[in-house]
Amino acid sequence: MQFAIAIYGPPYTYQASASGLMFARAVLSEGHSISRIFFYHDGVYNANRWIEAPQDETDITAGWRDLARSHDLDMVVCVASALRRGMLDPTEASRYEHDAASVAPEFTISGLGQLIDAAIDCDRLVTFGV
Amino acid sequence: MSEPKQILCIQSHAPHGTFFGREGLDAVLMASAFCLVRVLFIGDGVLQLLGDQQPSDIGSKDYSVTFGALADYGVTDIFVARADLERLHLAANDLSLAVTPLSDTDITQLLHDVDVVLDF
Repeated sequence: MQFAIAIYGPPYTYQASASGLMFARAVLSEGHSISRIFFYHDGVYNANRWIEAPQDETDITAGWRDLARSHDLDMVVCVASALRRGMLDPTEASRYEHDAASVAPEFTISGLGQLIDAAIDCDRLVTFGV
Repeated sequence: MSEPKQILCIQSHAPHGTFFGREGLDAVLMASAFCLVRVLFIGDGVLQLLGDQQPSDIGSKDYSVTFGALADYGVTDIFVARADLERLHLAANDLSLAVTPLSDTDITQLLHDVDVVLDF
């Protein structure tokens, strides 16, 4: 089965994104596929490359990044949600004249249409963080 | 070619206290470019439909005016949970938009009828 996953919750403040990450791992370990993971609303903070988790706590952003690299996942951050929350990739950082990008390189910034497209094409859309 | 999918967007948060309403509305507008979209206001989300909001007083944007433009996007199936209207002591004519009240049974049927639910 092909899943799409939508993450609306920020890391740490709520359980949502940690549950989403564990769900994504479970989907893949059971032999299903994930067409896209879309980060919307406060979920865009999961892409924050500057997060430093305490050593005895789960590093959620590192978890997403490892999963993306090991399974070649399409992880998309909504551009409108991201910009108003200071989440910028190198292109957007350059456009708005910031000296560094805050979005980790495993994430792509794109439009909200990517959520709708994934929701329509997948067998199941599962949302975390409403 | 398979049947075009139907999306239901659910708005369940009160306006302005969180950003769900605004970003949920953005999702409604975007989804309308792809397929048939229905919208359901439920729980405190019903309060998003109240008229004469003045959120600029608290530094928030009055996105409720965009609800009036939903028809221009082809979004005409707009529903509200009747039980939540009653719980909030509201009548359909207190709302800024013509919406169809649904019973809990109607809502269950609506959830069965659509292919995708986007919840905000």
